[in-house]
Amino acid sequence: MKNLFEFIVEKAIFLSGAASIIFVVLIFIFLLKEGLALFGEVNFFAFLFGQNWYPISDPPQFGILPLIMGSVFVTFGAIVIAVPLGLAAAIYISEVAPHSIRGFLKSGIELLAAIPSIVLGFIGIIFLAPLLKNIFHLGSGLTALAGSIMLAFMALPTIVSIIEDAIVSVPRSYKEGALALGATHWQAIYRVTIPAAASGILAAVMLGIGRVVGETMAVLMITGNAAIMPTSLLQPVRTLTATVAAEMGEAVSGSSHYYSLFAIGIVLFIISFIINIFADIFLHRSKAMKRRKK
Amino acid sequence: MLKKVFSLFLVLSLPVFIFGCAGGGKAIQIKGSDTMVNLGQAWAEEFMKEYPAVPVAVTGGGSGTGIAALLSNSTDIAQCSRQIEPKEIALAKKKGINPKEFHVANDGIVVVVNPANKVNKLSTRQLSDIFNGKIKNWKEVGGKNEDIVVLSRERNSGTHVFFLEHVVKLGDKKSPNEFAPCVLMMPSSQAIVEEINGNTAAIGYFGLGYLTNKQKAVAVNGVLPSVKTVTLGQYPISRSLLFYTNDEPNEKVKSFIDFAMSKKGQEIVLKMDFVPIR
Repeated sequence: MKNLFEFIVEKAIFLSGAASIIFVVLIFIFLLKEGLALFGEVNFFAFLFGQNWYPISDPPQFGILPLIMGSVFVTFGAIVIAVPLGLAAAIYISEVAPHSIRGFLKSGIELLAAIPSIVLGFIGIIFLAPLLKNIFHLGSGLTALAGSIMLAFMALPTIVSIIEDAIVSVPRSYKEGALALGATHWQAIYRVTIPAAASGILAAVMLGIGRVVGETMAVLMITGNAAIMPTSLLQPVRTLTATVAAEMGEAVSGSSHYYSLFAIGIVLFIISFIINIFADIFLHRSKAMKRRKK
Repeated sequence: MLKKVFSLFLVLSLPVFIFGCAGGGKAIQIKGSDTMVNLGQAWAEEFMKEYPAVPVAVTGGGSGTGIAALLSNSTDIAQCSRQIEPKEIALAKKKGINPKEFHVANDGIVVVVNPANKVNKLSTRQLSDIFNGKIKNWKEVGGKNEDIVVLSRERNSGTHVFFLEHVVKLGDKKSPNEFAPCVLMMPSSQAIVEEINGNTAAIGYFGLGYLTNKQKAVAVNGVLPSVKTVTLGQYPISRSLLFYTNDEPNEKVKSFIDFAMSKKGQEIVLKMDFVPIR
């Protein structure tokens, strides 16, 4: 009886574990099935490298290069803003802050992750966009930069907590050695601790990128959604995610427009897959160090 | 055990079968224009409150789909945001169907700028050039020397499609004109309202219902948009929203059309940002 019970529990847990993988595979198959149908009508290279996105015109044009560049610009901007900020915050929390402030700061940053993205989008459209318009004398504040700033806030909690983890797992002896050799506290941090935590920091950057690339609602609201090839962060952009979100509602099911949106889904899936693999590699290195510490 | 559950299920579902049939009979089928699908739905909801015995099913698919369904006798009402084409009438005659038109609402699309913008009027040709990117600066249309920030609704909007066909393409479906790539695509009419309020260089468009005194409507071809000019057909960026039925509608369908055209039905029209017929 006991054995049977154990057997059932074991299998149930196994199934739960396997379920997520099965779902990912099923989702990918579904995406492939719907998305690949596009390439019967549209050339693959014309899709990936075309510069015109006119899906409902006659004849339609399905060039997603401006959308890819839109996602790249917004993500790049967000990471440039979020990583230095996140790194500094993580160093302060793990190395400098007194114990009482540390707990307060950590929960504050985690709270940031709890803000729904539509709220950030709303703040962006009411407050940030007019501000950027006045600062940079732009025609409109709805730009890649507005998206980057808001998404930086969204990526910050992920980045801070992973970097903090990485810094904490640097063996204490490294820092003590540096201090014993006469380094100041700051020198020990940026010459020894940070380099030693580098792979964890890279993993944080990767996961931050993953968070930003997949974000939809805020970018749909504040980046202007103009499908142009961007040349600066001060231009409006249209991201991959915003395109799918904005157009799926009206796309006639079974049309090439409909398939093209799934094909964009495949592109997004592949991008996040690659990012996750890199994040995983860096995280493993960081964990290997943690083991050495013990 | 299983048998018990099954019989319980049968007993419980019995009233559904009985009342389902006795109550409604066949639902009124309404099919057609995507622009009108929400309006049709709003009418249907209110209508079913007054006539609980008559279920109404509203589906979209486009005006052409609605007409096609009418010709194949698979819908009671075809919702149409354009008039039936001569080709379709000929086809209907051949099939022994006699389409009857009911004008149930109007749709007016206002072109708006910030009140600080001194441009008061534009022609449809100028609008086409502004939205397709040929005109880039306000001074080309009598404003100050400032780049135009062009706002459009997203492609998921019927208004986008109407504006594209009737203004950007000037009514010629084969025209190569498109919205310029640099046009900002806004996810909602409200987002356009926000941007117009805060941006003196912006121009955008939305349904008449969204217009407040914080935005300035531009006179198009010399006509200012209002419920009156849209109703009289003077305002150029407007269209009639129509119902088509086969011959005189039966009593049930007639009661729905009468409801849509009643005072209450026309209040719903206004609430859904369209223009009432009177």
